Amino acid sequence: MLQINKLNAQVEDKQILHDLSLNIKAGEVHAIMGPNGSGKSTLGNVLTGRDGYDVLSGDITFNGKNLLEMGIEERAREGMFLAFQYPVEIPGVSNMEFLKAAVDARRKHQGLEELSSFDFMKLARDTSKQVSLDPSFLKRGVNEGFSGGEKKRNEIMQMMLLEPSLCILDETDSGLDIDALQVVASGVNAMRSSDRSFIVVTHYQRLLDFIVPDYVHVLAGGKIVKSGDKELAKELEAKGYGWLESEVA
Amino acid sequence: MSEQVSGNAQVEDLMRKDYAAGFHSAIESDTLPPGLDEDTVRFISAQKEEPEWMLAWRLKAYRAWREMAEPTWAHVHYPEIDFSSISYYSSPKSMKDRPKSLDEVDPELIATYEKLGIPLHEQEALAGVAVDAVFDSVSVVTTFREKLYEAGVIFCPISEAVHKHPELVKKYLGSVVPQKDNFYAALNSAVFSDGSFVYIPKGVRCPMELSTYFRINELNTGQFERTLIIAEEGSHVSYLEGCTAPMRDENQLHAAVVELVALDDATIKYSTVQNWYPGDKNGKGGIYNFVTKRGIAHKNARISWTQVETGSAVTWKYPSCILKGDNSVGEFYSVALTNNFQQADTGTKMIHLGKNTRSTIIAKGISAGRSNSAYRGLVRMNPGAEGARNFTQCDSLLIGDQCGAHTFPYIENRNASAVIEHEATTSKVSDDQMFLCQQRGLDAEKAVSMIVNGFCREVFKELPMEFAVEAGKLLEVSLEGSVG
Ligand SMILES: Nc1ncnc2c1ncn2[C@@H]1O[C@H](COP(=O)(O)OP(=O)(O)O)[C@@H](O)[C@H]1O
Ligand SMILES: [Mg+2]
Repeated sequence: MLQINKLNAQVEDKQILHDLSLNIKAGEVHAIMGPNGSGKSTLGNVLTGRDGYDVLSGDITFNGKNLLEMGIEERAREGMFLAFQYPVEIPGVSNMEFLKAAVDARRKHQGLEELSSFDFMKLARDTSKQVSLDPSFLKRGVNEGFSGGEKKRNEIMQMMLLEPSLCILDETDSGLDIDALQVVASGVNAMRSSDRSFIVVTHYQRLLDFIVPDYVHVLAGGKIVKSGDKELAKELEAKGYGWLESEVA
Repeated sequence: MSEQVSGNAQVEDLMRKDYAAGFHSAIESDTLPPGLDEDTVRFISAQKEEPEWMLAWRLKAYRAWREMAEPTWAHVHYPEIDFSSISYYSSPKSMKDRPKSLDEVDPELIATYEKLGIPLHEQEALAGVAVDAVFDSVSVVTTFREKLYEAGVIFCPISEAVHKHPELVKKYLGSVVPQKDNFYAALNSAVFSDGSFVYIPKGVRCPMELSTYFRINELNTGQFERTLIIAEEGSHVSYLEGCTAPMRDENQLHAAVVELVALDDATIKYSTVQNWYPGDKNGKGGIYNFVTKRGIAHKNARISWTQVETGSAVTWKYPSCILKGDNSVGEFYSVALTNNFQQADTGTKMIHLGKNTRSTIIAKGISAGRSNSAYRGLVRMNPGAEGARNFTQCDSLLIGDQCGAHTFPYIENRNASAVIEHEATTSKVSDDQMFLCQQRGLDAEKAVSMIVNGFCREVFKELPMEFAVEAGKLLEVSLEGSVG
């Protein structure tokens, strides 16, 4: 699904990621943990092709294609999805209109026909219920006036509608109460399948009780300093990151 | 910031689309040589075989204009206009003897309007919209006249109304915008060539949308149209104007006057989609659009101005309402988009005279490229405006970082019981918003137009349905080359 090989990347002339390698196979869930400022969001931004995040060296293959040659929207249409740490508002653009445009773009890329407004409406309503968002949120501006938890659930709803092959969740759990956390986790679990992979970025072991990862990686100072299975997350929860950082330095 | 720079470069690419209405039609015309004096005014009046009172009215305006100075207070900059280098009248040759039916209209003219997407053949026209087409200075054709006539509605070129309905023209022309109102209004009053005249009788709800499409074609001609709409007691009309011009390297002057009279309990909804040629991406050419629009609302009457301004090199325009009658309502919904080197100084005046008068102002300014847009609005509560209310909301959206947006609200409250509320915001199409859209698979162009359309939603919903779609598309085209 995704092979990252010796990735070095910078933001604003400052190198953030150092020789980062990661191999994610179809169907796997990888958790990435690490202290603030270690480069977790940067990795998501580099993968999705955000402007200003420059790859210095290394290569990335996504579904057999050279990812670094693809533009932002091309990566998205190929099935890469980023659930944002801080979802932004787009006032006046209805969620429904936005979602339909996104789904149509993805379907067009896959050689499928656009959904009729009627079919899409039905699909969107069903999906909103799955993430416990009232269908009235579909009529509101994208994230406009949503609470923190509603924004995150809206991200998961987008993910469900777009059916991506690689989902990157950037601290989707932060700021969520336990009920919302369970909604998000059950959304993700419902989507787990043998042809879909996840990168779950989180600070807390808590989320990983609900979304059980196949692998856990610790990112510190822009490097993967330790990889393991779900037990590693528990160890981190108990010991903090300090012992790892001193190992790296 | 590297992120900012690359984002802007992308926006700029998007903003560089061509002006689709920028063609010129090869139509033979009679054009007056440049220059303006009393003889010019007499010539125009004679061309239209006007009665003596109309000529006298024009001459009074001309003499006043000669003594007036061009206003300089607007937040726009352009080289001084040489009013003697402009031609004040141009008429397609074939219009000499006004055609009796569409069959007699020069096919080239009909083709021009078809290129603009305005079919003049009634059977092909938009259902439920009557069109008056004004080409350079002359009204070419008015559709659906018979159907309107049955309802008692008069919709005809104003030059025709001068002959056929002199009592109405005499009574109302200049009653809202007097000849001496301002420099451009005086100029218009002296040399106005044509425009639309609408009369809705008492209690009648106009059975269809009325619309006028203005087209400047000739080189170096000014266009001075004059529109007069009279809605008798309890009547209702919705009117739309659209305008385009060919791409020219020279600037061209457009100075129109629109007067609305809404008598007791009447409603006039006036919508504009203004797409005059804005000049090229380096700021060469384009229309100077200096327009005076004003309506007077009598008891319980409502006047609603909705405008989508995307064209012109320089726009100077303040559609206004005089809320004379008690309980009358004035509304102004505006989207003004400027790109490249365009400048717009636009807004409204709400003059509250009557008791419990209400006004709403929603103004959305979008600036991209190196353009500048200003909102300028006056809300005045006169001493008699007991219990009057105004709500104003001005939002500016910036695309890129070389453009500007300015807000100049003027509030004059002379009645302690009146309430005035004002809200203003400035925002940017942010990289975060662009990235969200693109990460969901939308291309940059679609993303910008979606964000901008969202920003304009409150205004677009005031437009008649057919035109809301058109306005959305127009924004998309006007925005090309501009993501940030
Ligand atoms: N757009 C940006 N501009 C400047 N610095 C950035 C930007 N994005 C990330 N950084 C810097 O990169 C480092 C890693 O940040 P980030 O990837 O957000 O960490 P994390 O998500 O692990 O908390 C930090 O030092 C941060 O300040
Ligand atoms: Mg982060």
